[in-house]
Amino acid sequence: MTTNSTSHDEGARARQAEPAVGVPRRRGVWRQGAEVFFQNRLAVLGLIIVIALVLFSFVGPLFYRTDQVHTSLPNSYLPPGPGHPLGTDGLGYDQLGRLMVGGQTSITVGLLAGIFATFIGTLWGAVAGFIGGKVDAFMMRVVDALMSIPALFLFMLMATIVTPSVPLLIVIIGAFAWLGPARLVRGETLSLRSREYIMAMRGMGGTSGRAIRTHIVRNAIGTVVVNATFQVADAVLYVAYLSFLGLGVPPPAANWGGMLSTGLTDAYSGNWWLIFPPGIAIILIVLAFNFIGDGLRDAFEVRLRKR
Amino acid sequence: MTEQDSGAVDLLRLEGLRTEIAVRGGTVHALGGIDLSVRAGETLGIVGESGCGKTMTALSIMGLLPQGGRVAGGKILLEGEDLTKESPQEVRRLRGTRIGMIFQDPLTSLNPTMTIAKQVGEPLRIHEKMSKAQARERCLETLRRVGMPRPESVLNSYPHQLSGGMRQRVMIAMALVCRPRLLIADEPTTALDVTTQRQILELIDDLRDEYQMGVILITHDLGVVAGHTDRVAVMYAGRVAEQASTAELFADPRHRYTNSLLAALPERALRTGDKLFSIPGSPPALREEPVGCRFADRCPWALPECRTTDPVLTGGGEHQFACLNPRLAGEDMPADDDVNLTVVDPSSVETLRPQDVGEEAEVIADDVVLEINGVSKEYSAVASGFLRRKMGTVSAVDRVSLRLERGRTYGLVGESGCGKSTMGRLIAGLEPPSGGQVRVLGTDITRVKGEAKRRVHRDVQMMFQDSYAAMDPRMRIDEILAEPLRIQKVATGKSIMHRIEEMVAQVGLPVDALDRYPHEFSGGQLQRIGLARSLTLSPDVIVADEPVSALDVSVQAQVLNLMKDLQVEYGMSYVFISHDLAVVQYMADRIGVMYLGRLVEEGPADEVVANPRHPYTQALIEAIPVPDPGYVKEDSIIQLQGEPPSAIDPPSGCRFRTRCPFATELCTTEPELVGGEHRVACHFPLPLRVGSQAPVAVQ
Repeated sequence: MTTNSTSHDEGARARQAEPAVGVPRRRGVWRQGAEVFFQNRLAVLGLIIVIALVLFSFVGPLFYRTDQVHTSLPNSYLPPGPGHPLGTDGLGYDQLGRLMVGGQTSITVGLLAGIFATFIGTLWGAVAGFIGGKVDAFMMRVVDALMSIPALFLFMLMATIVTPSVPLLIVIIGAFAWLGPARLVRGETLSLRSREYIMAMRGMGGTSGRAIRTHIVRNAIGTVVVNATFQVADAVLYVAYLSFLGLGVPPPAANWGGMLSTGLTDAYSGNWWLIFPPGIAIILIVLAFNFIGDGLRDAFEVRLRKR
Repeated sequence: MTEQDSGAVDLLRLEGLRTEIAVRGGTVHALGGIDLSVRAGETLGIVGESGCGKTMTALSIMGLLPQGGRVAGGKILLEGEDLTKESPQEVRRLRGTRIGMIFQDPLTSLNPTMTIAKQVGEPLRIHEKMSKAQARERCLETLRRVGMPRPESVLNSYPHQLSGGMRQRVMIAMALVCRPRLLIADEPTTALDVTTQRQILELIDDLRDEYQMGVILITHDLGVVAGHTDRVAVMYAGRVAEQASTAELFADPRHRYTNSLLAALPERALRTGDKLFSIPGSPPALREEPVGCRFADRCPWALPECRTTDPVLTGGGEHQFACLNPRLAGEDMPADDDVNLTVVDPSSVETLRPQDVGEEAEVIADDVVLEINGVSKEYSAVASGFLRRKMGTVSAVDRVSLRLERGRTYGLVGESGCGKSTMGRLIAGLEPPSGGQVRVLGTDITRVKGEAKRRVHRDVQMMFQDSYAAMDPRMRIDEILAEPLRIQKVATGKSIMHRIEEMVAQVGLPVDALDRYPHEFSGGQLQRIGLARSLTLSPDVIVADEPVSALDVSVQAQVLNLMKDLQVEYGMSYVFISHDLAVVQYMADRIGVMYLGRLVEEGPADEVVANPRHPYTQALIEAIPVPDPGYVKEDSIIQLQGEPPSAIDPPSGCRFRTRCPFATELCTTEPELVGGEHRVACHFPLPLRVGSQAPVAVQ
């Protein structure tokens, strides 16, 4: 089967060959979508924040080297000052450096767990929605059943049985976060399946396979991608919850949620530099992903594009 | 309420009303200075194409403008009090008690979680501080007055338990319950079938006379206006283009826009035998206030000064118009010599027939392309929920037979729920029938499987009512038009591009339309694209399901003309499905009338309309509003009451017998469809009218 893009190109060439019908080419689909995205200032801000935090966490340690392995009790609870721009924590780790290392865990787990959850959820929901009938009923009851179990309770149970590591955290969070996307995508597929343009396509002799390939994927992709950004934001929060409850990655590894948790025990000793930086980082990254999601939603909406 | 010396004072008077709506990136000047008046006991009709400000006028009066909307200037005088000046509380009270409004869609305008008694009584409880019992009493009285069957039980019902006509009666009751002085009806019958429409319009007329209300009737249907209004205002692009008494407006339209609208009616084309007149283009978007006459861009009579001078309403007394080059009294209505279609030389159009002529070339006598024998469709109605209890069987189509020759058009008419759309889907092979045969070019498409099944769709294609819904919003027009070719694998690469460029030119759109998305087109343009898509495979049969029902009369004419032209050129046959008998009569060679899944009458189009034999056909024809105020109804033979029964377990025997005035015991047995060319399924067909010369549905 020829793909759509190649035939466009052929069409474009054909038209360029005939000057009589020569038409200025319109900007590409992606370009137009990007334009709508960049019109949304919050989305751009979100994108900048995410890029900045990623650079901070992954590139930052190359320039700002600190020892995040060995404790140094004499240097504990130093307030911000020369040598330690954000002070040190109870074990003498440099807070700024720790924020970078913690960010690595938070962002990695958040991103991968969010994508993992979206992937499983989309697959599950799309299959249920498109097949429908008994299969749909069964698959969605599974989702309902899992949803009725409090996720936090399960996290705690699992985290006490096994010692959490980064890959394990990703799997655990992903395994429970896919329920939301599954419901969403199932509803979307269900409504797309009965659209009139699918019927029109069947009237041309098209098959279900073609309906999924050309119409359902194209129309559901926006919902999926937008939801994925929210999933990532949620996953960052889950990591924070778990660590806050002391169920995160064990020391000396760090993450923002865990840092906030330990910081809070010092809430009354006035060590503000242990609370605000990780807290603000969490808020920033969650907000940023939500902004990006909003912007993407607009970008995928063809109707908002300029004529 | 104060005594009115009715007639002397206008009940409602709009003076230079201007309404603006702030939207993304600008302001829409929805109304650009409207002057209108309504007197007590009078109906003012407001007509115009969609987007001309009819509804905005109503919403401005009611203070229900959408977000961003505001009245920017002018006066709204209700019995002398200016609604734009009073305090919000006072305005709310005046609007609540003195103006009643009926909306287009009675289902979305009613709250599904409230009983009818509560909803109808709500204004009484708010504005007249009535007790629950009092309000209930008044509701009952009002429901009785609007002709609601079994009003006591309806009081405790919820909206979904009522039929469309009954819901519209509830809406009317709600509008009337506070005894308003002015009733605004915004397309009150557009969502209803003609037989129900007739009941509702007559009810509004009766109520107006009884309560001496002023009525503003907003509609796009010139037939409705002709029969039910005293005066008419024609609106165009947020202005009043012309206003006059109804009789005068239809007899002597002066504004070129009014003139064009009237000329676009299929009724007129049927009478004169000409092609439909169509107005090119569509109304302006009003982002900026236009300079000069707003209609000039679409007006074949526009003079140079029309583009620079803003015309004002002129003319003596009652008949006013805003046109610099008005139609002169006695001048002929325009004929359609100037349809703005890209003319394609037929010889250059190479017809891209799929290469398989040999296989299916059993040539049939008379070149019948479509033959349907006793086709039925039943759905099992199941209750929703996990256990899916079976509730009964819906008999959507019941043993229908018909034939269609090459190059001809078969019109299917009937009210909603009569099974005409199901017929369309059965013919287009979108659904398998429960029984019977559908033969396209001699092949029974209900039997074929696999590859042959796919090939069937080369011969029969579907055109949808709402082309926007029938096109993937994320596909560009070139992909949309190429899809049938790709699925059927009849062309590749460059030849696909050639074919779709040719099709776009055929339906009169520029080539750059291919690079755009469906939402960038107007309804009429989308319908052209829809037609182009159904033509790409050069099918023998096109099933057109209400292809123009969502369009304005001017645009409808463009699409109908195009369909006729292309039929002559390509020689395909249409199955034309519509509820609008005048349109069907204009398009079709033969008409079949359906009622509750059965074909009750069938014959040559003019014959069926001029000489209906089945009581239902007669009732349908009588119910159609005639766009001619001078038209005097013949003695009505059949006035239908109520609405069709449910298609779940339909009446035995003749399905129409429950509403038929002539029904007897005999009708419990099923009547056969009998006769020669003109066949009817009735035990007591209406007599053939001798010497009847009504060649037009609505003469």
